Amino acid sequence: MKNPAVADGETLVRIRGLRFSRSGRRIFDGIDLDIPRGKVTAVMGPSGTGKTTLLKLISGQLRPDEGTVEVDGLDVHALSKGELYRLRTRMGMLFQSGALLTDISVFDNVAYPLREHTRVPESMIRKLVLLKLEAVGLRGARDLMPSELSGGMARRVALARAIALDPMMILYDEPFTGQDPISMGVLVSLIRQLNDASRISSIVVSHDVKETSSIADYLYIIAQGKVIAHGTPAQIDAAQSPWVDQFMRGLPDGPVRFHYPAWDLERDFFGEGSGDG
Amino acid sequence: MAKEVGTASAMLNALARLGRTGLNALERLGRGHLLFVSMIAGAASLAARPNLLVTQTYNIGVLSVLIVTVSGLFVGMVLGLQGFYVLSQFGAEESLGVMVAASLVRELGPVVTALLVAGRAGSALTAEIGLMKATEQLSGLEMMAVDPIKRILTPRFFGGLVAMPMLAAMFSAVGALGGYFVGVGLLGIDDGAFWSQMQNKIDLHEDVYNGVIKSFVFGVVVTWIALFEGYDAMPTSVGVSRATTRTVVHSALAVLCLDFVLTALMFGE
Repeated sequence: MKNPAVADGETLVRIRGLRFSRSGRRIFDGIDLDIPRGKVTAVMGPSGTGKTTLLKLISGQLRPDEGTVEVDGLDVHALSKGELYRLRTRMGMLFQSGALLTDISVFDNVAYPLREHTRVPESMIRKLVLLKLEAVGLRGARDLMPSELSGGMARRVALARAIALDPMMILYDEPFTGQDPISMGVLVSLIRQLNDASRISSIVVSHDVKETSSIADYLYIIAQGKVIAHGTPAQIDAAQSPWVDQFMRGLPDGPVRFHYPAWDLERDFFGEGSGDG
Repeated sequence: MAKEVGTASAMLNALARLGRTGLNALERLGRGHLLFVSMIAGAASLAARPNLLVTQTYNIGVLSVLIVTVSGLFVGMVLGLQGFYVLSQFGAEESLGVMVAASLVRELGPVVTALLVAGRAGSALTAEIGLMKATEQLSGLEMMAVDPIKRILTPRFFGGLVAMPMLAAMFSAVGALGGYFVGVGLLGIDDGAFWSQMQNKIDLHEDVYNGVIKSFVFGVVVTWIALFEGYDAMPTSVGVSRATTRTVVHSALAVLCLDFVLTALMFGE
């Protein structure tokens, strides 16, 4: 599903014919996506539709059954391990859990990619780390251990680490899940500010409709292995699809059923094996 | 007729389950060996970061010293008591030093140390790696373009290899002292006979080196199993708990089985 809002040279991530199954279950059944440079693109859908899996496919952590994923013109799954790692130094990923290394401090977590991939002297690393922490409002928390951080603070530290190497793109995996309103507001504005200030391209995977729509330039909605709608937040909001309507308005029943598929009620309660003799 | 079809179907299902279990076991074995090769191949990366090896040798080795030496002391004391009882029936109690030292250096030192390390450090390694996987720390490293096998697993693997023979040596040394306290201190064996017979009869190559080789092999196996179980664990609390249990059970079985094989190879006629 080509994104009409993206000119060819402006596409950072191009996904074509992506098919992926896990444990015999089809997660993606031939999806096409275009992620533009310098924009915030959101991929939304209910839980279990494979949004996190999509990020793992884009970053080369998983291999698709069919189809291609190109990032900055490179076919991610045709790269050698060394080439993939070089590409990943230009990507950042904010994990749902933060994924901070728990045995080192906030400062060392943010310094980790700098120490691994650059030959910058320690005095310069200190300045860079403090700058990144300042950007997420946690310069004062540099000496804390990850276990001393709240969920929102951990995610902001993880964001500072994700931008440590000034990547071209950041992948956000459910950044708003489990956050209190203040932390959520902070994260929403940080994602937008980072994107605009550094022209970083952002892919936000989320099922938080309101927050995601408020910062996204373009939305894809995924369900049942396919892209079922895409467009600007205004276009999606005006979409006539009952499925999109149910998701965007959070209706309890609709094309996505409230009940998990089950046998007849009568059979379960009064039929064979019901325990009623 | 319907009953026969049902029986045949049940047998086929059982056969299919057996086949699946076998294939899964083979697949796990393959993954384990691939991890082993990757860790060996990652050894070169330790040269650039020797502090990682020092830290892990400390975590696996130094932190196990207390349990290993205390256990060694009691095992040596029990050997002293039991050995004295048997040897005194033949009037050979002066040979207690040889018996205690040979038992420790050849068998009990490497084996009991490996079992203790599997219980203390092996289970901790599995839980640590399993939790790192469950909390996406390993994926986080991957996304920072850092190979978790090289940076996390390889230093722990070689830390285990370095620590195990040293711990086994400590176990044997403290065990010999335990035997001495009981034999000479409590039961009145001659001090000179205890040490001189030990010195004369324990052979550096035949006994000590073979014991070191055993403990080195057990170090490889115990650390490898612990790391693989953690790395291959289902990233859930139940998955990590099961992996930790498997580490202790599989390590113990592997150590005892390998001990028999190595003993047969080293000391068999």
